Amino acid sequence: MDSAAENPAIRVRDLVVGFGEQVVLDHLSLDVRRGEILGLVGASGGGKSVLLRTIIGLIPKRQGRIEVMGLDLDRAGHQDASVVGHRWGILFQQGALFSSLTTRQNVQFPMRENLRLSERLLDELATAKLEMVGLSPDDGDKFPAELSGGMTKRAALARALALDPAIVFLDEPTSGLDPIAAGDFDALIQTLQQTLGLTVFMVTHDLDSLHTVCDRVAALADGKVVAIGPMAQVLASQHPWVKAYFQGKRARTLMSADNRG
Amino acid sequence: MEPLLDGIMREDGLTLTVAGRWTGAHAAALERLVDAAAAQAAQARRMTIDMAGVEALDTLGAWLLERLLRGASGHAPQAELARLPERYRGLFEEVRGVNRRPPTARPPLNRLLAGLDAVGRATVGFKDDFLAFLDMFGAIGAATARVLVHPSRLRLTSAVHHLSRVGWQAVPIILLITFLIGCIISQQGIFHFRKFGADAYVVDMLGILILREIGVLIVSIMVAGRSGSAYTAELGSMKMREEIDALRTMGFDPVEILILPRVIALVIALPILAFLGSMAALYGGGLVAWLYGGMSPGIFIARLREAISVTHFEVGMIKAPFMALVIGTVACSEGLRVKGSAESLGTQTTTSVVKSIFLVIVLDGLFAIFFASIGM
Repeated sequence: MDSAAENPAIRVRDLVVGFGEQVVLDHLSLDVRRGEILGLVGASGGGKSVLLRTIIGLIPKRQGRIEVMGLDLDRAGHQDASVVGHRWGILFQQGALFSSLTTRQNVQFPMRENLRLSERLLDELATAKLEMVGLSPDDGDKFPAELSGGMTKRAALARALALDPAIVFLDEPTSGLDPIAAGDFDALIQTLQQTLGLTVFMVTHDLDSLHTVCDRVAALADGKVVAIGPMAQVLASQHPWVKAYFQGKRARTLMSADNRG
Repeated sequence: MEPLLDGIMREDGLTLTVAGRWTGAHAAALERLVDAAAAQAAQARRMTIDMAGVEALDTLGAWLLERLLRGASGHAPQAELARLPERYRGLFEEVRGVNRRPPTARPPLNRLLAGLDAVGRATVGFKDDFLAFLDMFGAIGAATARVLVHPSRLRLTSAVHHLSRVGWQAVPIILLITFLIGCIISQQGIFHFRKFGADAYVVDMLGILILREIGVLIVSIMVAGRSGSAYTAELGSMKMREEIDALRTMGFDPVEILILPRVIALVIALPILAFLGSMAALYGGGLVAWLYGGMSPGIFIARLREAISVTHFEVGMIKAPFMALVIGTVACSEGLRVKGSAESLGTQTTTSVVKSIFLVIVLDGLFAIFFASIGM
């Protein structure tokens, strides 16, 4: 545990990100420990996705330092950066599956580009990944346009897991799913996290996910992390936005249902 | 450390000792190791895989070992993993369940049958294309009729916006290209006609060719490439993002809201562009005749006045709105045929441009026959 605290999977220090006049993330610092599921909550438009996209390098930052697996991506050469690219998998909010490839080809794409595998093994592994996320082998021949919302999320997760990454970034994985499918998806993420030893960084609004699967929760408000820790600790926070978020009407209903159950 | 798989064959069976990193980074080496071991295992009646020395394991490594175990389970009833570190137990349980049922393979088609199949599909596709064109043509006609009955339903703002895009913003490039084409025709005409002293007739050729054919044809082809492709791509991406379905469910007619303003803009813009283009081409031709052929502008204009009549100009201009209608109809109907994938957007955009240029040229030929028979 000590080594995990000293050597986090993701270390963000003093991060400032803005667009034009607007500052979205204001001197934000955050650690994601190895092997944990961290849930990030925050208001819509509050910079959750911006933080995620900055960590994975899609949005330039104004100042601050980001280390992933102990490697500072600004200082890393092209070679190191591409190695890190193989060590993380990203589940985008809309899936971002390649629309002109079948689901199986989508899963095979990162493997085909990065590993030297025979066609037979590629097929077997792609089917294995699809089955691990709960899709049938026959779904592999479908195109993304033919998949339902839940299947798209699962297929995108299979692609994110294609290279057996150490870190998985999930951008609102359960949004747009019905409660049963969302619950299944949470359970799936937890199972995979345990079996594959993943570190999971999850942006979510789903209070159920926060309660059931997240080891720690970080609350983002005013461009900073205002509360971080296990759910109980975040619930005890006195920050006005955190109180409003977790003690609003919908949250209270859910909590009291939890208590009764 | 590099992955290792050492096999020791004893009389009680084969013992395989796993060591090193069994991860994707060593995929090619792992596949070779496992294939070699599978050949060895084929003769063994018992197989034990000793996992104590494994340093790292991911899905790929676990699956390769699982495949080895499954392959052996046919002839060696006792194929098992030994001393598996606790942290990898979950991974093996996960892998044990997968790839039990191969995906249903589609039977491969006979090559002759596949060829016939392709021909058949192409034929049916040709009919579908034609029907889609007629369908869009009819829908535009119906929408026009509705708008004529209730003029307030016309999306005037939208039409003006598209007119600015396909008309006003296209003016510079159309002027430039037709000017250059006028220059080239004039230069070539003077160069070749001069050999038999007929260089004065360049003016006749320029006037008739540009006003009747080249002006409108070049401009139509450019508009098909510039604006038709944009129409297809816009409507196609709206189709992909279900915006068109959203419009329809709100009780609006996408043809009336999206397509009619675009087609109207094109029908207005194309004759104007064709006129400007013809003028630019004549200007370019005159300029070259003066600078290269030594024919003064005064003489050029006087000869032009003798050589051409308003009829030539009319023939060109009458064709322009029909060309616009064909381009608009093809572009919009192809746009609505886009399916879910990015590739299909590209395919339909290409089809739209190729088909509209083809139809514009066919239409030009039909008009040539028509005008010849009515003596214009």
